[in-house]
Amino acid sequence: MKFINVTKSYGAKPALKGINLTVESGKIIGLLGPNGSGKTTMLKLANGLLNPSSGEVLIEGQMPGIASKSIVSYLPEKTYLNDWMRVGEVLDFFCDFYPDFSPEKSKEMLKSLGIEQTDKLKTMSKGTKEKLQLILVMSRKARLYLLDEPIGGVDPAARDYILNTIISNYNEDGTVIISTHLIQDVERIFDDVVFLSNGEIIICDSVDSVREKHNKSVDELFREVFKC
Amino acid sequence: MAWVFDNSIPIYLQLVERIKILIVSGALRPGEKIDSVRDLAQEAGVNPNTMQRALGELEREGLIYPVRTSGRFVTEDEEHLKALREEIATEKIDSLFESLLSLGYSRKEAIKEVIKRTQYYGEGE
Repeated sequence: MKFINVTKSYGAKPALKGINLTVESGKIIGLLGPNGSGKTTMLKLANGLLNPSSGEVLIEGQMPGIASKSIVSYLPEKTYLNDWMRVGEVLDFFCDFYPDFSPEKSKEMLKSLGIEQTDKLKTMSKGTKEKLQLILVMSRKARLYLLDEPIGGVDPAARDYILNTIISNYNEDGTVIISTHLIQDVERIFDDVVFLSNGEIIICDSVDSVREKHNKSVDELFREVFKC
Repeated sequence: MAWVFDNSIPIYLQLVERIKILIVSGALRPGEKIDSVRDLAQEAGVNPNTMQRALGELEREGLIYPVRTSGRFVTEDEEHLKALREEIATEKIDSLFESLLSLGYSRKEAIKEVIKRTQYYGEGE
């Protein structure tokens, strides 16, 4: 994934100001920043849900579009699944949509997290719905996973399970970009972290290099840099 | 479950230390095959690239060695392991002393305290 001098404005309000970023494959990247710093905008641009006001976004050398959507698995911050569906129906839906979707994998994960295929979405808690959605997204064999706040509403035990899923899913061709505020829980699985502040990248470094330079965890550095 | 990490130290260094202790203590025996990077990363709950880096470091220090196509193995150089174990023991004793001195003991008093305590552990078999 490559961002070349990308800006994005919503009306007169700038959301991203000249972002340059290249993410190599096989990496797990943490996209970190305070509320409103541009994290979701970046993920939406990478997924082609938004177009840059200027500059270029490239996924495997191509502009985001139909082709890139087949290799990008995106977890939006809001749920988009239909409430009237049952879990099994949602699996069928994903099977129809994405050739790289593995129903076996998702069934295994559903079982581990105690979600039945006959469960109705309507009666699920917010956290369970989030788990389901993440399972769907991670059950694709994509080249690029874009996860917008994947574990925010999920309990700590399931959080560990999900992080493990991300690690075990890891392969050299796949790249995972995770935006999150729960840095402490997640930083051990990142290669690199990107700090966004008011639409600009202010830090882009590996987790261990942050620790070496600052003698601090990424979480502590974040709290220091963005102290209110 | 995931290993526990110190916040201020690079994760790969903590992995190196942890695996070293598994090796010198004999939990991983000389000549034993160690798990794959992927399995180890999952066990520790860390990024596989970080685990890879840690294993690279252990290789450089001669504690593990790769065998093409069949994985990585613990060194059979028992002398090396013995020396490393002593080195780690010295580090632990040094840090014990540091913490005793930070309690306000003089060096002499600190040694006395340690000797007093050794009676609790007996004189060995």
